[in-house]
Amino acid sequence: MSTETGAAVERGADRLADGRDPLRRMIALAWPRGARFALGVLLGAAATGAGIALLAVAAWMLATAADHPPITALGVAVVATRALGVGRGVARYLERLVTHDAAFRTLAEVRVRVYERLAATEPFGRFRSGDLVSRLVNDTEATLDLLVRGLTPPLVSVVTGGATVLFLTTVYLPGGPLLAAGLLLAGLAVPLASAALGRGPGRRQARARGELSTALVDTLHGAPDLVVYGAMDRQVARVNAADEELTRMARRDAAILGFGAGATALITGLTVWAALLLGVAAVEDGGLDAVSLAVLVLTTMAAFEIVAPLPAVAARLGAIRASGARLFGVLDTPAAVAPPTRTGLAPDSDPTVRVRGLRARYGPDEPWALDGVDLEIPAGWTVAVIGPSGAGKSTLASVMLRFRDPDSGRVEIGGTDVTSCPADEVRAVVSGVPQDPHVFASTLRENLRLARPGAEDGELWAALRRARLADEVAAMPEGLDTRVGTHGLGLSGGMVQRLALARALLANPRVLVLDEPTAHLDPGTRDAVIEDLLDAAEGYSTLLITHDLTGLERVDRVYVVREGRVIQSGTYAELAQEEGWFRAVSAR
Amino acid sequence: MKPLDPRLVRTAAAVRTHLAVSVVSGVLVTGLILVQAWLLAHAIAGAADGAGTDTLGWAITAVAVVAVLRALLSYAAEASALHSAARTKSQLRRRLVAHVTGSGRVWTAEPGAGGEPGSPKAGELVTLATRGLDALDDYFARYLPQLVLAAIVPLAVLTVVFWADWISGIVILVTLPLIPVFMALIGMHTQARTDRQWRLLSRLGGHFLDVVEGLPTLAVFRRAKAQAAIIRRVGEEHRRATMGTLRVAFLSAFALELLATLAVALVAVEIGLRLLGGHMDYQTALLVLILAPEAYLPLREVGARFHASMEGVAAAEQVFTELDRTRGTARRAPGAGVEPRRAPPPTGAASPATAGDIRFEGVGVRYPGRDLPALSGLDLDVRAGEHVLLTGPSGAGKSTLLSLLLRLNEPGQGRISVRPPGGEWTPLEEVPAEDWRRGIAWVPQHPYLFDVSVADNIRLGAPDASMERVREAARRAEADAFVSGLPQGYDTRLGERGARLSAGQRQRIALARALCRDAPLVLLDEPTAHLDPENAAAVRTAVARLLEGRTAVIVAHDAGWAAGALGAAPRVVSLPLPSPERSVPR
Repeated sequence: MSTETGAAVERGADRLADGRDPLRRMIALAWPRGARFALGVLLGAAATGAGIALLAVAAWMLATAADHPPITALGVAVVATRALGVGRGVARYLERLVTHDAAFRTLAEVRVRVYERLAATEPFGRFRSGDLVSRLVNDTEATLDLLVRGLTPPLVSVVTGGATVLFLTTVYLPGGPLLAAGLLLAGLAVPLASAALGRGPGRRQARARGELSTALVDTLHGAPDLVVYGAMDRQVARVNAADEELTRMARRDAAILGFGAGATALITGLTVWAALLLGVAAVEDGGLDAVSLAVLVLTTMAAFEIVAPLPAVAARLGAIRASGARLFGVLDTPAAVAPPTRTGLAPDSDPTVRVRGLRARYGPDEPWALDGVDLEIPAGWTVAVIGPSGAGKSTLASVMLRFRDPDSGRVEIGGTDVTSCPADEVRAVVSGVPQDPHVFASTLRENLRLARPGAEDGELWAALRRARLADEVAAMPEGLDTRVGTHGLGLSGGMVQRLALARALLANPRVLVLDEPTAHLDPGTRDAVIEDLLDAAEGYSTLLITHDLTGLERVDRVYVVREGRVIQSGTYAELAQEEGWFRAVSAR
Repeated sequence: MKPLDPRLVRTAAAVRTHLAVSVVSGVLVTGLILVQAWLLAHAIAGAADGAGTDTLGWAITAVAVVAVLRALLSYAAEASALHSAARTKSQLRRRLVAHVTGSGRVWTAEPGAGGEPGSPKAGELVTLATRGLDALDDYFARYLPQLVLAAIVPLAVLTVVFWADWISGIVILVTLPLIPVFMALIGMHTQARTDRQWRLLSRLGGHFLDVVEGLPTLAVFRRAKAQAAIIRRVGEEHRRATMGTLRVAFLSAFALELLATLAVALVAVEIGLRLLGGHMDYQTALLVLILAPEAYLPLREVGARFHASMEGVAAAEQVFTELDRTRGTARRAPGAGVEPRRAPPPTGAASPATAGDIRFEGVGVRYPGRDLPALSGLDLDVRAGEHVLLTGPSGAGKSTLLSLLLRLNEPGQGRISVRPPGGEWTPLEEVPAEDWRRGIAWVPQHPYLFDVSVADNIRLGAPDASMERVREAARRAEADAFVSGLPQGYDTRLGERGARLSAGQRQRIALARALCRDAPLVLLDEPTAHLDPENAAAVRTAVARLLEGRTAVIVAHDAGWAAGALGAAPRVVSLPLPSPERSVPR
């Protein structure tokens, strides 16, 4: 990492990492685009204001015309009315363009910041579940929602509301405060009260919806089991019971949730009534002229357009705040590895790996995932680590790839303890196939070149041949230009592993780590992939992490790990002879 | 997408109720709007003429009464809309569940494949039935009532304005239809453009997710930091492409807003000038000015709410598509879960034939849309009490053979016959599928555990089994020890898809389920395929107990697997990859 990008990451991290309200922190991210948003708010206010002003001017014009003055008295009003009629639409159109443009600019920047923070902290412990990652990305996109629909409408309301109230105050003093009260009630009190009222039903229904969803998941995913065991009718009855419960609640809660609509209509109607009552009385007393009365009543009526978007905003902000809290929860995670204390691991180090007394765990109260592991990979050897799930095997891979620090112990490569070296220095020497390797939505060529930017096609084909993928790729009509990943060709599990292997070979490390390369493959594919992996690994110092016995006859040494400790080690032949776990599980 | 799907109206009685309520409340609201406008115009004009609160008092009070009535009406309409939405969702959901579970589509899908192309996966169906349909709330409460108002209010306002002042009436009459016309024109243009842009937008928009998901891979190859610049560039491209689309997409809202406001301005100027010339009176002018915006308001609201509400309609449409598709598939894959005509009605008891011999003669299966058959020309005899181990490469049709015995599929060619002990050979399709399955215990490769108690999971195939029988089955399946260690023992709920348990434990629960069923025919599909050696050993012990004294067909990838598990050496049958010609020796 150059010092310059390093400093940029730090600055980005500083802005992201503080303890304020998630909504305010998200708004802070948009701060550099403040001027554009301000312009958007002004345009929005102009649009809403034009609608209200149109009615106010028209009311003034009619009331004045009723006294039959000379036509010149109406000249300005006529022009203004027409201008407002056109201006409103234009201002609204520009407002939407300006705010969306600013929001997309902000989103692009926020994505970079979020990414830089993730790349700096590598919180891959949280990447186990794909759902979490896509939620993190959705939470990032919530910035857009916040700026366009969460923040701009209330600001527009404040500006137009304030201006209209001021204007009415000049028309008729009590008219301003009256409208202010009405707008505050309809725009602030009602949405807040609706949100509060809706919280109970929301929780109740969420529970019932959860039950229903579980029952449905069971029905559809477990359908074969249900049919074969003759339990489908009972299961459908369970779904219908859950549905009935949810529907019963939703019908009961409808009576509560209708409150907002009714209250807004009531406040609007009564404010207009009060304006009319006060105005007519004032005209009678001579405190107000007839022209101002028309302006007062019609402006009050039109002004409630200001608060119309606010109930939806209140509901939206809750969801956006939750997104922000989740987003910052991930971003505030401290870096998974401590800053390096030394450098100098040469890319052409002697690839002898020596692990000494390695201990690691995921929290102070967690059990040890690795509890004093010692193992050795002499240069050019292939060593397998086997054990039941949860034995700590993948933690070992994480430490070797510098995804995390050990709590104590050393990992030496060519005599250098790499646990204090910069991650990128270590990964120049140690590379491989991580658990669940990712295929990027791009071409095969780009997916491969990741490991060696600028590689020639000849090098790519050589790597594909060694990973036994060359024939399949050659058979594709577009060859290396075939698009794969989300918007391209779906690759089978075996092909993904081979592609990942080819990528690892292109990186040409000294030490190859293969973390559960056959985890999701069916048995037939599994054997073939392991064979090819071991063939390709010739000449590297290789660590194969696996939970099954496939291919172990071919490795130089096998370590059996249980509960974070090495309980057995030796060649396949030795272990097959030796009394113990390995023989027990392989013999049966 | 239609704003009002006729299938929705036909299907759900609640929709018809809601429409009726919306029309009634729409008519009432329209009446109140007209009354309020007249009252305001009357009071303002009266005050200008010098009338005081004593003469105008009734009109002012009436304005308050109208306000209260409108509030009550809004409240009632909203509550009733949500009420109807809940009922409609329930009706659609139940139909969906009944169809999907009753037609067999969910389980006849080719083993290991995603089923018919284009048909949603089970997970998508769940989302559709819950969150998807929830979008109907907005459609019912916000959109439909507004649609009704958009049909009634402009007409009513137009009538009143014509009656009050026909020139203003003509201005409104001319501009009002322009709005839908312009919106449709712009909408069509936008749609075409958006469709063209969609792929690009979705690719650019998905880039960030792709990179974040692949971050560990990028980190391994030291490419993580270099990606920041690419994210910035793609974000910029995404913004530019999106803004290009939005500039056009916002045009329809622009046209709506412009026409609606401009029309009101034109009316205002026109009545202002005629009022000045003494051609109309003040009260009428006020009435027209107050009513003119009301004619356009519902159209604007419908436009504003269209997109949000269409999510609900889209979900409902998906449900209808699903209901249609289900029927179509059942026709194409004959017998998929549908009883053939020849089978007598189920008796409710296990078929005695499950304890007898089974014979496959030239049996072949071909899944729709596949070139090669999944199974072809299979001849095989399974004698009562025998253990048959099916081996062969992936794609040889081992799982398909099991699905035939499970009656989840029917052979396309050849026939399967069964013979109860001491009885005659009968075609398998003449045995009711339900009775046949009652005599089967099945342990699939990935058994499904339900989010109910452990005990209920074990007694899935024997709902009346006593707790002792459940416990005994668990003991024999090597599951009792870890089940007793769970917080509430056998009453512990397992969580979604048995999330509480490891793969090996789930497999043992499935074995307990099979043991509890106590059926004469056992079908196993690679029960240790994805297990670590320790769990695999426990599962083998349990399998050995399950097979004792029962006929069994076991799918295994390699023959070595069974060596320790099956006491007596099983008969190994190796299936070759199917080709149209070859047949399997017995």
